[in-house]
Amino acid sequence: MKFGVVIFPGSNCDHDAFHAIGSVLGQPVEFIWHQSEQLSGFDAIILPGGFAYGDYLRTGAIARFSPVMRAVDRFARSGGLVIGICNGFQILLEAGLLPGAMMRNKGLRFLCRQVHIRVESTNTPFTCAARPGQVLKIPIAHMEGNYFCDPATLVELERNQQIIFRYVKPDGRSADPDDREANPNGSLAAIAGICNRERNVLGLMPHPERAVELPIGSADGMVIFRSMVESLAREAALPA
Amino acid sequence: MIDTETIVTPQVAAEHGLSPDEYARIQQILHRAPSFTELGVFSVMWSEHCSYKSSRIHLKRLPTRGARVVQGPGENAGVVDIGDGFVAVFKIESHNHPSFVEPFQGAATGVGGILRDIFTMGARPIAVLDPLRFGPITSGPGAGNASAEEIARNRHILDGVIRGIAFYGNCFGVPTVGGDVLFEPSYSNNPLINVLALGIARREELFFARASGAGNPVIYVGAKTGRDGIHGASLLASAEFSEESQQKRPNVQVGDPFMEKLLLEACLEAMRTGAVVGIQDMGAAGLTSSSSEMASRGGVGIEIELARVPQRETGMTPYEIMLSESQERMLLVAERGREREVFDVFHKWGLDAIEIGRVTDDGKLRILNHERVVAEIPAHALAEEGPKYERPIAPPRPPQSQARLVEFAPKGADLTRNFLRLLASPAVASKYWITEQYDSMVRTNTRVGPGAGDAAVMRLKETKRALAISTDGNGRWCSLAPRIGAMHAVAEASRNVACTGALPVAATNCLNFGNPEKPEVMWQFTEALDGMAEACRALEVPITGGNVSFYNETLGRRIDPTPVLGVLGLLEDAECALGSGFRNAEDLIVVLEAGKAAESIAEAQREFSSSEYAKTVHGIVAGAPPQIDLAAEKRLIECLVKLAAERAILSAHDVSDGGLAVTLAESCFTSDGLSADVNLDPLATKEPPEAAVFGERGARVVVSLSPSSLARMNAIAAQYGIKAWQIGAVTRGEFCIQLNGTPVVRGEISLFRQTWAASLERALESA
Repeated sequence: MKFGVVIFPGSNCDHDAFHAIGSVLGQPVEFIWHQSEQLSGFDAIILPGGFAYGDYLRTGAIARFSPVMRAVDRFARSGGLVIGICNGFQILLEAGLLPGAMMRNKGLRFLCRQVHIRVESTNTPFTCAARPGQVLKIPIAHMEGNYFCDPATLVELERNQQIIFRYVKPDGRSADPDDREANPNGSLAAIAGICNRERNVLGLMPHPERAVELPIGSADGMVIFRSMVESLAREAALPA
Repeated sequence: MIDTETIVTPQVAAEHGLSPDEYARIQQILHRAPSFTELGVFSVMWSEHCSYKSSRIHLKRLPTRGARVVQGPGENAGVVDIGDGFVAVFKIESHNHPSFVEPFQGAATGVGGILRDIFTMGARPIAVLDPLRFGPITSGPGAGNASAEEIARNRHILDGVIRGIAFYGNCFGVPTVGGDVLFEPSYSNNPLINVLALGIARREELFFARASGAGNPVIYVGAKTGRDGIHGASLLASAEFSEESQQKRPNVQVGDPFMEKLLLEACLEAMRTGAVVGIQDMGAAGLTSSSSEMASRGGVGIEIELARVPQRETGMTPYEIMLSESQERMLLVAERGREREVFDVFHKWGLDAIEIGRVTDDGKLRILNHERVVAEIPAHALAEEGPKYERPIAPPRPPQSQARLVEFAPKGADLTRNFLRLLASPAVASKYWITEQYDSMVRTNTRVGPGAGDAAVMRLKETKRALAISTDGNGRWCSLAPRIGAMHAVAEASRNVACTGALPVAATNCLNFGNPEKPEVMWQFTEALDGMAEACRALEVPITGGNVSFYNETLGRRIDPTPVLGVLGLLEDAECALGSGFRNAEDLIVVLEAGKAAESIAEAQREFSSSEYAKTVHGIVAGAPPQIDLAAEKRLIECLVKLAAERAILSAHDVSDGGLAVTLAESCFTSDGLSADVNLDPLATKEPPEAAVFGERGARVVVSLSPSSLARMNAIAAQYGIKAWQIGAVTRGEFCIQLNGTPVVRGEISLFRQTWAASLERALESA
């Protein structure tokens, strides 16, 4: 199976995702230039963190119109696995592949720190190797990670179990609405990551590719990438 | 060829900051009067900022060579061999005046400038550190007599600076991993915004800023040229500040980190084509300095047609184009016939890349505007033959009356309240509020990040080695005794690096001083320089580059002389990197000491009166910095490197601001809820309790280790002639420091931690 990491000109976590998949996970991985519309041969696409086209307007607002996003849209609609991390999540929201929007962090400051997120559903190709309720220590690094959606969408997300990760206290207990320690950006319902209804597109603000080796702080992010490999392997084993 | 826009007279020259002698010298070089454009070009190249005219003759005294030094001062950055075919490229710069005028953009473009210096050499930036000095942000004895208005303004400056650094570095994608932040009244109207960048490259892929090969095309890449930043180097950076200085906001540049990121990727990719001959960024003095320095270093000439320069605004004059300091631009020389390969790379990244001229063999910088020559100057004269001054030097007059020194508290006094005040002081308090606004993890190499160790440690994915880097510089000490203060800066930055287990191998310096035309300032400068030279020699950390920032004076008040040192260390095995936090309950706590305590109460009193404690608790800044023993510092550094390599210790934290008490507390704060219970009697100190607990003399480090490693640790310490005092153990209970059988500092560690952690945020978020 082959992973593809999209490079927008302002991506800056592209090499980190590449390292996590290629060197740590030991899976085939290639870069995909933002002007490419060619995604055949890839089994999973990673939209990495960074500032796609500078993001001076609104995060992801320009990226959604890039050639590669037309291809990613087709790839996702045909069932391919797509994971958007940080800026990648913001782009998926702008592209309409996931519902909702990002606002600036509650404190109006960029925040880079380790946070704890809880796996809310293991029924996705991104979390199938995790335990239900497992707490992952993974860093965030963003200015706009304050997730928001209208009440109807939130009900929908809850009902379909599309909320995959929530910011929680280190021991896994839910955060109070105003707990800036646990939910530092002030996200609605402490949402850290969601998937689409079809469950093949995931967006999350924390950076699992920065949590793949203990010497750099945590290896908890690996469970997400391992889940993807497992689910792709299962799919490949099914008779066509 | 005369440019008629403005007639050049001695008065116009004077308005450009050129002295009558300098103007005469220009006429001598040209054998005629300069055109207006030529005058502008000379004025920026011969400004203090670009020519180092007041410092050059003194800088020669710094040691610049060493076994690992590949490139010393004179290039865009210093280069050090780190083994396995790799080199580290690093340098520190200042952006003090722009950041005072416009904190956000000033700080942001400071980061941008130093990053270009690194990737100009073919290296990818892997870390940024920001040593910052601000005026007081809280009231109290340590704030001098800062008014409420001044404090509010300092908070505003700090807030803008931090946001600017974060804005640029986070978007560019380089981790900002450290830099010390200190506060003194002298920085109130003249903050110091220094920035250090570190990159790595393969040794054979290094690039230099030299033009060569007559006929080769000179190519302009990156952002378009606008009217921003004109005379940034000459007027902003090379003059004192007055009340009108706020009107110099148009002289501050505006940063675009996205553009810089494109430029980084495109430049590194273009360099890999093999078609690039030489390259230099357009930093201070823009097109003028990049073209004349590249020509001068290569011993060739450069001819440029200004009509071809990409411009953001219409109607720009040759003078404006040559002096613009628009950001995110580079000048490169390519091999004739292969320019297409270079253009293709830049176009792929969506950047302008235009041939604007060619290399010539006549050694002249020739500027044409629509085919008309507007300037023609020997490049070498411009870049290298600027004026050099041996400015008068005079020590300051000794004060009329004896300064008040600290009266020590009696034995047995409880110092816990004072300890709390120290923990809450901005210099000692946690800097987490600042560092969490920086992306400190991008590129996933940050092994020891902000606050987690005495130096930042970056792993190198390509090898098993790691690099450690730390900055230090105590302006308060330098104001009392610049020579010893500068030695301490070298020693502490080196000790910090060694605390992570890395061997210090090289240094970069940012020399922040007042107006060099004042003899006392030159005295401070030369004293500090001599101290630095002596310490760098003793500790074997050659200076590979850096920056001199003079004229740090506003409304006649000058800053404390502040030499800031950035020391780079090399860890042979990244797995051996140490943090400063305690690791396990019941581990032993040991003080390693290479020096010795003050001999008499009077000496202790003098040393202690210069401490952070004396300032914060008593409002006293007097006496002298602690004595320094460089040979002892060297032994301690080597001992620490050995202890880490042998895995004999689990944490190391050097004793500095706030003394042993703060060092011990910080090792608890950065642990997972651990505390410490120690007794200082084993140090057999005759010092008064306050000096023993809060004194700041160097050559001391607090380490922790498993009890089973004690014999091994003692043996290694003895081998280097280091005293190892076992003072207590890591616990999960109360934090307690005992002396002579009585607790002098005692309380719940969580309470202490709360004070330390919340102080900065309370001061700044309430602003």
